[in-house]
Amino acid sequence: MNLIFDTHWVMMLILLPLFGAVACFLWSRQAVTLGLITAVSVLLSVIALTLQVLEQGTLRYAVGGWGAPLGIDLYVDGLSLLMLIVTAVVGVAISVYSSAYFKPGKAKHYWPLWMFLWAALNSLFLSADIFNLYVTLELMGLAAVALVALSGSASALAAAMRYLLISLLGSLFYLMGVALLYHAYGTVDIALLAQQVESSPAVWAAIGLMVTGLLLKIALFPLHFWLPAAHSSAPAPVSALLSALVVKASFYILLRLWLDVFPEANLALSYLLGLLGASAIIWGGIQALYQTRLKLLIAYSTVMQIGYLFLAFPLASIIGWKAVFYLLLSHAIAKTAMFMAAGNILFYGGHDQIADLDRVAQRLPITLTAFGLAGISLMGLPPSGGFIAKWLLLEAIILSGQWWWAIILIAGGLLTGAYVFKVIGFAFTQAEVPHEPRMVPKRMEWVTLTVAVLAIMLGFMAPQLLALMDLGAPFGETMS
Amino acid sequence: MINTIFLYALAGVGLFSLGLYALIVHAHLLRKILAINIMGSGVFLVLVSLADRTQGIAPDPVPHAMVITGIVVAVSATALALTLMLRVRSETGQAELLEEPPK
Amino acid sequence: MRLLLMALIIAMAAGLAYAILSLPAESAGLSVYTTENIAISGVTNPVTAVLLNYRAYDTFLELGVLLLALLGVWSLGSTATASQRPSAPGPVLDNLARVLVPILIVVAGYLFWAGAYIPGGAFQAGAVLGAAGVLLILAGWRINHRLVGLPLRISLVLGLVVFAVVGTLFMLTDRQFLEFPPQYAGVLILLIEGLATLSIGIALAALFLGADPEEDDN
Repeated sequence: MNLIFDTHWVMMLILLPLFGAVACFLWSRQAVTLGLITAVSVLLSVIALTLQVLEQGTLRYAVGGWGAPLGIDLYVDGLSLLMLIVTAVVGVAISVYSSAYFKPGKAKHYWPLWMFLWAALNSLFLSADIFNLYVTLELMGLAAVALVALSGSASALAAAMRYLLISLLGSLFYLMGVALLYHAYGTVDIALLAQQVESSPAVWAAIGLMVTGLLLKIALFPLHFWLPAAHSSAPAPVSALLSALVVKASFYILLRLWLDVFPEANLALSYLLGLLGASAIIWGGIQALYQTRLKLLIAYSTVMQIGYLFLAFPLASIIGWKAVFYLLLSHAIAKTAMFMAAGNILFYGGHDQIADLDRVAQRLPITLTAFGLAGISLMGLPPSGGFIAKWLLLEAIILSGQWWWAIILIAGGLLTGAYVFKVIGFAFTQAEVPHEPRMVPKRMEWVTLTVAVLAIMLGFMAPQLLALMDLGAPFGETMS
Repeated sequence: MINTIFLYALAGVGLFSLGLYALIVHAHLLRKILAINIMGSGVFLVLVSLADRTQGIAPDPVPHAMVITGIVVAVSATALALTLMLRVRSETGQAELLEEPPK
Repeated sequence: MRLLLMALIIAMAAGLAYAILSLPAESAGLSVYTTENIAISGVTNPVTAVLLNYRAYDTFLELGVLLLALLGVWSLGSTATASQRPSAPGPVLDNLARVLVPILIVVAGYLFWAGAYIPGGAFQAGAVLGAAGVLLILAGWRINHRLVGLPLRISLVLGLVVFAVVGTLFMLTDRQFLEFPPQYAGVLILLIEGLATLSIGIALAALFLGADPEEDDN
């Protein structure tokens, strides 16, 4: 028996963090150690799964041995594999960061919740069943809400409450869509639905419900109103998880459904999504520029970056999908670094007022370097991952002949540049009120820099990443 | 027989819509949480009622199982929401979410 | 504003109603498949077969959702204020609890056992067990100090953990996760459901209680 090729790594990716959560819950004094062990073992499992999939091709796993339509299938192709990889990379970095960030009183609550969130994310990316996706969405939503509330402040609790209501509302819209699709076609398996779905009132209603529900969770403009408060009042590692992964998970479901289940005929809807995306870029960018608190600025930057993901819908080309998926991956890494950097600054100075970031450059040079590097990727400057993504997106725009999206793309880049430099500028000027600094653990600074460097490195991995995306042709067959 | 099945499903749509309306217009968090639960019941009713279109043989059990799963999820989420509401009330003195400054 | 909202929601409801009425009047759904495989599912109640065998993975994750909700509630800390502290129960409540709790436990046991062949099962039984717990809490009963730490936590995760372990064990014998061999399926489902009933009941009562009893002690 070959350990790498015969082990059920797909299941391990779900069970390991789940067992990790239970272990952290049972032995809360050792939660940090148990959490770190789990994080490393999940990363190793993802590597093993990647090797397995590279060797054997896409993988369909029938849980319980029944197979669709009676049972639930898990499915691994390039799309799900890359989501799992980016989750594992961000997850390990966040785990290392959190091991120094939280005081013991918070840590014992944080670790089981975070491990549960990880299990939810992995099971979501692996699921090929729209009802099972509902369960994983709820698992993810409840874990995320509890993590937002962790700091216990009035603003965090209110943000968590609003987030929970929005999350539940989105899930119910999604579930009503599932109910319609099931009763129309007698299956909840994505692949089987893809074969059967044709234009009908029930399908249209399901599209309307599921897209609305997911857009609420993704926080696409103008449904973004809950995001800045939730993402900025959470503890820094949680903000990073929410912006990097949780929002992307809902987008992942939308992408899957859009590509596989929803018929090609919704041209008007795809233009509407593109238009909302463009509005999000401009609106989020301007709002970010006006913020006086660093974490709010980064949260509005997330609102903006979400907008880019929707530019691919009107383009409807393989290269367009690949471009936004590349953007999704590099944004996940860059935004993790940025929120970690903000966390370091907050840890150091006790506040995150941008105007008072007095001489952080001298005190926290590693953190500021990391912030700058992450900013480069967000702006889309070479040689970062963001650059490759936007280059591909520009290519897709030119090929489609819809040149007006290019204006948005460039305007967005300029806006991002403006708010990133605003922060860096204030970091160098001396503020009037001196801080009472608290030493930032070295571990937190170095892991921030590592992730930021990775955001740049993503620009050099384009051939490998684009090849992985082709695995199983999730965006359709390339014409040759 | 068929007509009653669809009548129940339409009642589910009614509950879903009423819940949505109540969720948006009421400010008190307890009402919002109740509204979400009513919406959920609407979805469950649609799922369960349409499972009985099997023409004489026993109803399709799969939607029933989905509803049981959905109920457990709803109970869990409601418990978390109610506790969160109590915490919001003890921190801010009221069980409502204040309007955020316009952004 | 409200009129506009009302109009929008009515339009949505009308669209949904139209969509539902356009569905075929006859549809067997998956009932053909569920009936075909019922003999090897280990139970005779089709809903239980779906919950604990065909789609057991959903049920497994859903036990996770319940545990997660409790973790979330416990992470929020204590919500009780002085005015919410329980007062001593009156004689009616006290006697009601004494009479009802044993009955509820028996009913829960029956529901869990009956789930294999008629409507019932772990969640229904767990809900009744949870109700017994709520009644006890209302009557002023508190869990023994020695049991609030690890023992309570173990009882809460028992259903989920045994589910996972049983599911994993058969992965070692060339089967998929949660693929039960037909000859043992009945026993395994009974085992999982029994422990899940216990965990669900305790979790529901704990959710009602609110904060972690261990922290309340300190």
